[in-house]
Amino acid sequence: MLSAAELAIVALSLQIALLATVVCLPFAIATAWLLARKKFYGKPLLNIVVHLPLVLPPVVTGYALLILFGKQGPIGGMLETFLGITFAFRWTGAALAAGIMGFPLMVRAIRLGIEAVDKGLEDAAATLGASRSAVFLHVTLPLVTPALLAGTVLGFAKAMGEFGATITFVASIPGQTETLPSAIYTLLQVPGGEDAALRLILLSVAVSILALAVSEVLARRAARKVAGL
Amino acid sequence: MSLNVDIQSKLGAFELDVQLRTKAGTTVVFGRSGSGKTSLINAIAGLTTPDQGRIAFRHTVLFDAQSGIHVPSHQRRIGYVFQNARLFPHLSVSQNLDFGARFAKEPLSVAERRQMIDTLGIEALLNRRIAALSGGEQQRVALGRALLSVPRLLLMDEPLAALDTARKQEILPYFERLHAQGGPPMIYVTHDMSEIVRLADNILVLRDGRSVVGGTVEDVLADPANVKLIGVQDAGALVQGIISGHEADGLSTIDLSAGQLHVPKIGAPVGAKVRMRIRAQDVILSVSEPKDLSSQNILRARITEIQTGEGPSVAIALRTGSDRLLARITRRALAQMQLEVGQEVWAVLKANAVPPSAIARSENNGVVA
Repeated sequence: MLSAAELAIVALSLQIALLATVVCLPFAIATAWLLARKKFYGKPLLNIVVHLPLVLPPVVTGYALLILFGKQGPIGGMLETFLGITFAFRWTGAALAAGIMGFPLMVRAIRLGIEAVDKGLEDAAATLGASRSAVFLHVTLPLVTPALLAGTVLGFAKAMGEFGATITFVASIPGQTETLPSAIYTLLQVPGGEDAALRLILLSVAVSILALAVSEVLARRAARKVAGL
Repeated sequence: MSLNVDIQSKLGAFELDVQLRTKAGTTVVFGRSGSGKTSLINAIAGLTTPDQGRIAFRHTVLFDAQSGIHVPSHQRRIGYVFQNARLFPHLSVSQNLDFGARFAKEPLSVAERRQMIDTLGIEALLNRRIAALSGGEQQRVALGRALLSVPRLLLMDEPLAALDTARKQEILPYFERLHAQGGPPMIYVTHDMSEIVRLADNILVLRDGRSVVGGTVEDVLADPANVKLIGVQDAGALVQGIISGHEADGLSTIDLSAGQLHVPKIGAPVGAKVRMRIRAQDVILSVSEPKDLSSQNILRARITEIQTGEGPSVAIALRTGSDRLLARITRRALAQMQLEVGQEVWAVLKANAVPPSAIARSENNGVVA
């Protein structure tokens, strides 16, 4: 079936995409909540910054990451010195790139979900004695579950497929930063590599369809629950 | 309890300026839609913050604009039953009921909880999902949910407005029972007179965001000056009586302090005390003792006040025994009959003028079905 090298590529891709999604999710929820519910100075600016990775050429985002999070970069240098975290040319860097690229998609989906929550239900919870954090935990968040799932799947899919920013930021080092898309790209550059590429292409299609199917089932279940059925 | 509200708010073009002072029992806030009823109770619940003023309950200041006090909703322990129930769709009925209990300092005991569920008749619904409930069932669950959070005060915003008449009659007894069983004091918003007759101890009338009249429901409804405010169709005094018999011809007899009324059959036993509303427009006055009338309800009464307004009709306050009546007649009739304050007259009303929906048991140990 699959060779060890192929398995390693899939495993690494999954690892990168999972880390990116899991780490991004709380930030995406917080950002979505701020954008959906709060009025504050600089909100339009935050909105633009969040959406930048969606509209910028991925190469530009990748280059910006290299400048900021590279070993010589202002943030990357500090992180390396004080926390010992290195992003440049590491799989963590690939996860960072994938997360940043998927972030706007997650925020958009979750924000729509939060905006659709009936504020009257939150008021009702408050009159029943629930503090603001309890209201969020017990009412808002459960009602946003379908949007949360949608956002997570979108973010995960984007992370799995991210190519431009990743290859600019962390290159494509086998076993280190070589994800499914970058492996496919590399194989296609080599004469006679089409067959091997096709195997990886089919593999990535399979992973995507599986992820979609699982999320569809979960989303349906959540939607029924939230509708009170 | 004692609730003291004096608040001012400006919401766009709408100005709210309300004073409310209640001690015990149920206070009905009455007024047309847009008169500020919901704004008032939202402020009491802490869901909105008034611009100016003060709200105090018992010995706690809940809101004071001057000293910047605003106790958040979840710390006020004020229950709220909303017009459209607002049950949590992602939770089952019993999870909805218990939502507030986990935040309550002294939640109800298991036995008390069971008793409450029994009183509201919702034990069969406990495992249902919210979407599977009818409007009336939802409202009963919402009431139970609010009560299980052990509130010190209960606010109700037209809880029956979204229901049809049959459903209303089905739920009103639960509210009455709650009232009778010493539940928390209530502020009950409505514009439905039949709910007022059955539930109100006190009443506050709002108009255009202002509190216009307040007091015991008997006093306010018997004052001819309030006829226009209540609405000429709805105005009418409350009288007290005791059921003295159920006749074979489908009528029930009620003994008043001075006289008897015969009304369509009431579902309460002989001896039960009742309170009923007699609409001003259903009362006919006669200066001589009427004979040969189809109406069986003729009461001797004395005119205590005549209120002439701008319109073609006048409101007349009457006293019969210890009860008060209101009558609305035309200005022309007033002139022709030469009625004056202090004069003895006969008040005539048709049996059907007091439908069962206008009658409530006043000693709340039971319920008119």
